[in-house]
Amino acid sequence: MEDKRQWPLYEVFIRARGGLDHKHVGSLHASDARMAIDHARDLYTRRQEGVSIWVVPSTAIVASDPTESDSLFEPARDKIYRHPTFYDIPDEVKTL
Amino acid sequence: MSAAVNQAGSEALFRYVLRLGDLSLVLGQRLGEWVGHAPALEEDLGLANIALDLIGQARMLLSYAGEIEGRGRDEDQLAYLREQGAYFNAILAEQPNGDFGQTIVRQVLIDAFQLELYERLAASRDERLAAIAAKSVKEVRYHLRYSSDWLIRLGDGTAESHARVQCALERLWPYTVELFAADELDLKMADSGIGPRLAEVQSAWSARMEPILTEATLRRPADRPHAWHGKRGQHSEHLGYILAEMQYLQRAYPDARW
Repeated sequence: MEDKRQWPLYEVFIRARGGLDHKHVGSLHASDARMAIDHARDLYTRRQEGVSIWVVPSTAIVASDPTESDSLFEPARDKIYRHPTFYDIPDEVKTL
Repeated sequence: MSAAVNQAGSEALFRYVLRLGDLSLVLGQRLGEWVGHAPALEEDLGLANIALDLIGQARMLLSYAGEIEGRGRDEDQLAYLREQGAYFNAILAEQPNGDFGQTIVRQVLIDAFQLELYERLAASRDERLAAIAAKSVKEVRYHLRYSSDWLIRLGDGTAESHARVQCALERLWPYTVELFAADELDLKMADSGIGPRLAEVQSAWSARMEPILTEATLRRPADRPHAWHGKRGQHSEHLGYILAEMQYLQRAYPDARW
């Protein structure tokens, strides 16, 4: 049976402004999703950091295996042509 | 000074605004006692946020009271240099924190009251009060969400949490009578369109409490006659200790700044 004395962990994502994406800002303990939203509001938006909150049970996050880093990430290292640095960006484009 | 003030008399309005401000100030100071002691880090911040909202409301209200009085007292002088008998908060606000459940019960009772109060004050003939209420009502709506969520969790939780909040409810409920007991000043403010009718606030408060208590599986205590007169400056033994701590610095080091 699950230990009720310890609240489960939630990951918190905050959208700073309309139009931006939600960014991971940290984690917190809460007994359920509604409490997690309240806690996220109290912990992570006290200084007007956001306009929208997502919370996700930490157990729902699937992470890549650090021991597989070589095979997952190394192959991208020598493919510099994938970076769009060879284009001239017009001055009018601000947010690229 | 506005037309509303002239009609109601500035002395009366001064005292009325102090009543509103002192309720927030004393409750905010009480909640502040939890900082560093709450059951979880998350609640520590939650309670501190509410305390800061309340102290922010008190600052606006006491500043306004000082202007109405017109004797040069500012928010700090009113908060830190008044004696216990010159505080006009209802006695419920100064009741001890007790355990987390008792703090939550006190909070629900006052949050629901302030919500009904500010919603009506936002339409006050006194523009300044209306503006303060319109700003504060958003804060209080969240406070009630926080406190009522907790009351439901604790009431509908384990046998022990249920017993504790039921006990706190029995203990604190009698003090709510004072919130709605309209005296001469409340009537005067209602007649001049500055404050709401407290009878109306009471029935709205009651209707708001009902579903919360039901969901929390808590028994609503019976209303009993009361003898509390915090609104007139007659306080329980607790307020003196609160003020001793809150006012210590200004009393010991007058005009200290940092």
